[in-house]
Amino acid sequence: MITAATVPGVSADFSNDTFWTYLVKAVLIIVFLLTSVLVAIWFERKVVARMQVRPGPNVHGPFGLLQSLADAMKLLLKEDITVKAADKFVYLLAPMIAVFCSLLTFAVIPFGPEVRIPFTDFVTPAQLTDFPVAVLYFLACASVGVYGIVLGGWSSGSTYPLLGSVRSTAQVISYELAMGLALVGVFIMAGSMSTSQIVDSQEQLWWALPLLPAFVIYVIAMIGETNRLPFDLPEAEGELVSGYMTEYSSMKFAWFFLAEYINMINVSAIATTLFLGGWRAPWPLSAVNDGMFNEGWWPILWFLVKMWGFMFLFVWVRGTLLRLRYDQFMKFGWTRLIPFALAWIVLLALTQGARQFLEIDTTTILVVGGVIAVIAIAVLWFWPEKKPAAAEPPPFDAFAGGFPVPPLPGQQLPPSPRRGRALVPETADDTQTETTEEADRG
Amino acid sequence: MTASTGEAVLFWVLAPLMVVAALGLLFTRKAVHAAISVVFVMISLAILYIAQEAPFLGVVQIVVYTGAVMMLFLFVLMLVGVDASDSLVETIKGQRWIGVLLGLGLGSVLVGVVAQTAFPPSVGLTEANAVTNPVALARILFSDYVFAMEVVGILLVTAAVAALVLTHKRRLSPRIGQREVADAKVSALATGGRLTPLPAPGVYAQNNAMDTPALDPQGRPIELSVSRVLRIRGQERSAGTILAAERDVLLEHEPERALPALRADTSVDASADTTAGAAADDADGADTSDRQER
Repeated sequence: MITAATVPGVSADFSNDTFWTYLVKAVLIIVFLLTSVLVAIWFERKVVARMQVRPGPNVHGPFGLLQSLADAMKLLLKEDITVKAADKFVYLLAPMIAVFCSLLTFAVIPFGPEVRIPFTDFVTPAQLTDFPVAVLYFLACASVGVYGIVLGGWSSGSTYPLLGSVRSTAQVISYELAMGLALVGVFIMAGSMSTSQIVDSQEQLWWALPLLPAFVIYVIAMIGETNRLPFDLPEAEGELVSGYMTEYSSMKFAWFFLAEYINMINVSAIATTLFLGGWRAPWPLSAVNDGMFNEGWWPILWFLVKMWGFMFLFVWVRGTLLRLRYDQFMKFGWTRLIPFALAWIVLLALTQGARQFLEIDTTTILVVGGVIAVIAIAVLWFWPEKKPAAAEPPPFDAFAGGFPVPPLPGQQLPPSPRRGRALVPETADDTQTETTEEADRG
Repeated sequence: MTASTGEAVLFWVLAPLMVVAALGLLFTRKAVHAAISVVFVMISLAILYIAQEAPFLGVVQIVVYTGAVMMLFLFVLMLVGVDASDSLVETIKGQRWIGVLLGLGLGSVLVGVVAQTAFPPSVGLTEANAVTNPVALARILFSDYVFAMEVVGILLVTAAVAALVLTHKRRLSPRIGQREVADAKVSALATGGRLTPLPAPGVYAQNNAMDTPALDPQGRPIELSVSRVLRIRGQERSAGTILAAERDVLLEHEPERALPALRADTSVDASADTTAGAAADDADGADTSDRQER
């Protein structure tokens, strides 16, 4: 069946694994993902509730932990409606595509290094599989998963879902470009696209620090890619009811819901693996007792902590920011994010080229880069601000645009006619004319 | 060289399905179904590539063709229309025959080239992928075929720029953004414009259709809450008829609650506006009498 052999370019060693090992790992990953989604829904509702100073779910189970289980049961038992205008086959196929593709990504995520199964001598990597293009495989799964959303919106035969799916197409294509470009930085530095190799390459330094711009771009793009607030335009409740899933109910709706949360977990796991050192212990802990916390089962804990850190970021961003307008969002993606990512890749390729072909050592490059960055920031900081041409401010018009307005900055409020009357009673005639003018005006 | 059992099984499962999907592309009526067939063929092809130890090619096939190119096709198809099916009328005369001729020409050129090529002896997958599949591919593409790569790259950039130039429109009027719209609304205020969006249509116990007007705080129907088109066509319903219908239902089921409303109806002339107003007044009256009882 599946031949187990060491693949060149992959540092994890799967040579011990048999068909049964793969099967057990695959089942464990599915169980992990499904329970994580239940916890994630509870986590999101609870954290958003804390941010909005309300208790959140607190009725079912301790701390409301069973709330998402109850919700899932409710969805299962609801009536399954297929709308009349739907294209039956595609309507059923779409949620399946969404869930299936979201489940695939975790096959290449390393939860930890090699672990020994308790009470046996069997050693196996805490990862289902890995191959030289594992990160591209993640991108492939994500891009096929979008078909679920697009086809779901189209097959409903209804306006809002169609608008949602058209939006989602444009959005995902644009943000996947930025995301791919952000990942290229890691490929250049790590010299590999295999997840286990990338984690290995972060032994000294997590890529989030030297590749900070790429990391920021990835985090923005990952929120766009998973259709979460503030980028949830394909399902914007205020504009499109709920976009592509408006016409879905019961279990089919639950599948879309499941896919969305699994996708959040996926992109968080990829961010952890590529930028935050994967399963590696954070710095002070990694030095304890000769790297004790980087061996055995400990790394799974660090991996989960970092992954849930990203999940918290998702919730935090959702609780903080408002939804962008669609054209602003697309403009941001194409005119800011992608050019910035491209420029960053070119810069990175140049430095890496200098390192390899001119044989300049890393410290020199880092020092030179740091000095250039400091100088650039200093120049930008002290650069004299371009003063707007000092034009004479237009005279104050209290009824500019036919509406009573206060003076703009730089404009003077004309002296009040009443103040003049109180101070200088003898100029009563003057004030009289002014007030009549005022009366004429409004 | 023979394939392993697993690979043979994979091929014989996928190949017939791919043929069926490819035929589906030719024979389905809806354009989106054809697109789905193509997607299926592409993904199956990628799986076969990966099974033949070309993982980079397989994955890139999905990312680029399935994820981007087909998605753009689908985007256009969806924008064309939900129920658009192709018309079979030829728009260019003799298009079909030209197509057949060109297809045959391309086929013969390809067959000729492939038949005449002398392939170098194969080195085997283990050796070809020794430095990992993507690295080996990169070395071939960016050393032996770097000129072809550059030419293809220039061609693609040219095509992209051409698409931009062809679809670019010069703006003839100033751009009207959020700010300009807001300013225009404020300046129109003096001449009877309004700042807020139009009021939504009315929601009643038994009716919340678009053709029913909402009531303002005084109980008068708001003209603007019904779409202008419906008003011009005369398809607007008056608030009075709806309120009367609701009162009938109330009378049938809860006569004691409907009685005050009935009294109001008999005492006031039953034009649409006054009925609504009277109903509201009566509700107030009922409220005060309640309080007095307490």
